[in-house]
Amino acid sequence: MMVALMAVVILAASLAALLQFFGIYCRSLIAASVAQPLSPEIQEVTGITSGAAGPEDFPRVVQLLRLCPDFANDRQQVSAIRGYFWLVKAVRWTLASLLPEVRSWAEMQLAQCAYFAAVALEHRVSSSRTALAAQMHDSR
Amino acid sequence: MPGPTWMLMWILGTLLEVFVVVGIYRSGMVRRYFFLSFYTLLSVAVSIGRFRVLFHYGGVTSAEYRYFYFYSDALLTIALYFAVISLFFQVFEQMRMERYLRFAAVLLLAGTAWFSYAIVSQSSGRILTHFAFELSQNLYFVGLALTYVLWGAIVKLRETRTQLIQVVLSLGIYFSAYAATYALSNLAPGIYPYTRFLFPLIGGILPVTWAYAFWRLPVNARIVPARLLEAAQ
Repeated sequence: MMVALMAVVILAASLAALLQFFGIYCRSLIAASVAQPLSPEIQEVTGITSGAAGPEDFPRVVQLLRLCPDFANDRQQVSAIRGYFWLVKAVRWTLASLLPEVRSWAEMQLAQCAYFAAVALEHRVSSSRTALAAQMHDSR
Repeated sequence: MPGPTWMLMWILGTLLEVFVVVGIYRSGMVRRYFFLSFYTLLSVAVSIGRFRVLFHYGGVTSAEYRYFYFYSDALLTIALYFAVISLFFQVFEQMRMERYLRFAAVLLLAGTAWFSYAIVSQSSGRILTHFAFELSQNLYFVGLALTYVLWGAIVKLRETRTQLIQVVLSLGIYFSAYAATYALSNLAPGIYPYTRFLFPLIGGILPVTWAYAFWRLPVNARIVPARLLEAAQ
């Protein structure tokens, strides 16, 4: 009985800590990208101007990311942010009608996820160009 | 025998661990992250040992493999405790608290050894896996508590090094995911055939996040942890 009770307490506390650490870790990934400006080319492709991303932009930018070769090796970070995006979206669906301030917080988080994806796209395009230039240089 | 996907993840995880150690060496941070490098190298050695035991004794269900898996896991967790303690030294380096931290580290190790012994001495009549779940669940939960205290110290002392912050946050994710999975397996041992597929995934958290931290982040990158906390609430 005591062993089972301890396992229940550890399970509940660990799940709560997991959600919290995962959320903060994703925020730390996003924070590094927020300060980076987008090139005019990426702004045109994604429709996102610096600091003006919307929550609905994220799935579209992720589709563009899938089309771009991953020379930047950021697949795991993009996957983590995708997980965070769906987590925040679930929070918006469940809590936003009860707490209006949660809605504005969630909207801001979702928009920042979209901006992170746009910055990742920028890196991938730039890495692909570098790789292509190196390949052309080697073939000469 | 584990399936090809599982084996591929295992091999990739081990290679990524080598990549992490090279990343720490390349950025000239071996002294600063000595225990992290030591843990990662130990983890590579344990992976090679597990491969050998797996192929020698024929399968993950063999008693030899299970013994080797769970006891090497406990050893790795204790090595990871030392890595966490070494991060405490970094966070508190301005405050000259080395003596207290050393005392706390010895106390923690002695406490963990005593606790593990207490569980082992009561486990004679119980099946191996159940005992192992309980021990691992407790070891990982202690690791989680340590990481939580370390995160609190980072926020309180306004530590801003992005690399250090991301390493600590990834440890929090790793310990909490393992503690939750073991607690679930401990509560319902019947679901172990399903939860065991989570272990290689969770095991990949540290190599993936640390490889990012040591290869992609500049050494002098800074971040304000209080802002991350405000946004997460």
